[in-house]
Amino acid sequence: MKTYYDGIVIGGGILGVSIAYELAKAGMKNICIIERKYLASGSTGRCGGGFRQQWSTEPNTRLAMASVDRLEHIEQELDYKTEFYQGGYLILAHTDDEVTQFNKNVEMQKRLGLGVNIVNPDEAKKIVKFLNPDLIKLATWCPTDGHINPFLLTQAYANAAKRLGADIHLWTNVTGLMKKSNTFFVMTDKGVFETPILFNCAGSFSRSIGEMLNVEIPIDPYRHEILVTEPVERLWDPMVISFSVGLYARQEMNGGVVMGMGDPNEPVGTYVGSSMHFMYEMSRRFTTLFPKLTGLRIVRQWAGLYEMTADAQPILGPIDEIENFYQACGFSGHGLMLAPAVSQLMAELVTQGKTSLPIDDLHIKRFRGQARFNREKSVV
Amino acid sequence: MKIICRCQDITEDEIVAAIKQGATTLDEIKRLVRAGMGPCQGRTCRRLVTQILARELKKPVAEIYPSTFRPPNRPVQFKLVIAELERQKAEEVKKASKSKEGKKK
Repeated sequence: MKTYYDGIVIGGGILGVSIAYELAKAGMKNICIIERKYLASGSTGRCGGGFRQQWSTEPNTRLAMASVDRLEHIEQELDYKTEFYQGGYLILAHTDDEVTQFNKNVEMQKRLGLGVNIVNPDEAKKIVKFLNPDLIKLATWCPTDGHINPFLLTQAYANAAKRLGADIHLWTNVTGLMKKSNTFFVMTDKGVFETPILFNCAGSFSRSIGEMLNVEIPIDPYRHEILVTEPVERLWDPMVISFSVGLYARQEMNGGVVMGMGDPNEPVGTYVGSSMHFMYEMSRRFTTLFPKLTGLRIVRQWAGLYEMTADAQPILGPIDEIENFYQACGFSGHGLMLAPAVSQLMAELVTQGKTSLPIDDLHIKRFRGQARFNREKSVV
Repeated sequence: MKIICRCQDITEDEIVAAIKQGATTLDEIKRLVRAGMGPCQGRTCRRLVTQILARELKKPVAEIYPSTFRPPNRPVQFKLVIAELERQKAEEVKKASKSKEGKKK
């Protein structure tokens, strides 16, 4: 078995495979991905599958806009069908606080060149006809957002990376890391790998990977639950988000409605079982917002982990303590929608030493010895 | 052409194609081609897919990693879940009023 690589990516989620692909495309072909289970077995394969550009902080909006530009041509580039669909995102405001915040967000997003509009409840009801308009004060609508199938996108990147020469080691668990004179030794249950450049894309387990090299990566995993209904005929196109009711819902291409919610009482931990509480609470929230859809049948529920940082924005780039140890983690539940741009930036950073978009404000040092952050507010 | 998953109309060829792409477990087949994601939750096709996996990977069936079983057991309407929630709440109110009466006596 080959044990020396020019670069090793820990984690076979969307971030891991997209970074491996971009590196291979930029010329670093002797690379590998180490994955604990199978591709997209962690947060990527459990997510809602949306991509949006409507954020409350500039770095997130910038990255998301670059990602959507890239996603528009990804099927041709990777030669794989991914169920990419620009159905838009409708974000609902229910309170006066939200109205002020959304006006501020839209102003910032428009400054960055995003085609986003504020719509009134009647217009929102035209876009999604099953909404209960009495609950809504206004909504923001961006038609270029949309959704994609996370498994297929991961597989598309993985296949393309393999074609360019990258190796993918599945069912390989990283048990220890060591650095000796510019070489990382990656100890796994399948043997030891050596590399000069290491990427941490382990998602919820990034903190453990950091601990193996004695650096603190401030990421905590939280469980978020999600469910899907039986396939029905086309109900609506966009992803609907409400932060105060606390839910997001979209209809998949095959007809099932996927919906999830955040629970502020969720403890830190990597448990991903399902709960009865979620099914009750989700049904209550969904039928409040969509009173006519009480006859839909729930087929399946599951849970995944949000890898939260203190400001709900990712940790990107090198770290000061250890040279050539790059971070692309802590996406706080939005890895899928930022990965296409982030992977390109990481490949640029490694192969050219500079990035085409600024990522300095996402460096890990923002968490060192600081108590207050500019927190991303648009998180379900 | 053999239909393996009848909820999602998945054929044997599609499953074999997914295995050729590198899938080795039931969960990966589920994610890539949706076999077992329909209303029956893989009750019909789970064993068939396991057999196809065993045949293609030349492994005994016992060594194929099983898929996760997820609630609910069968499709449930939202209104049923809500009705159950309301019944539980009503019961709690009843219990609370009963214990109050008991204290008064």
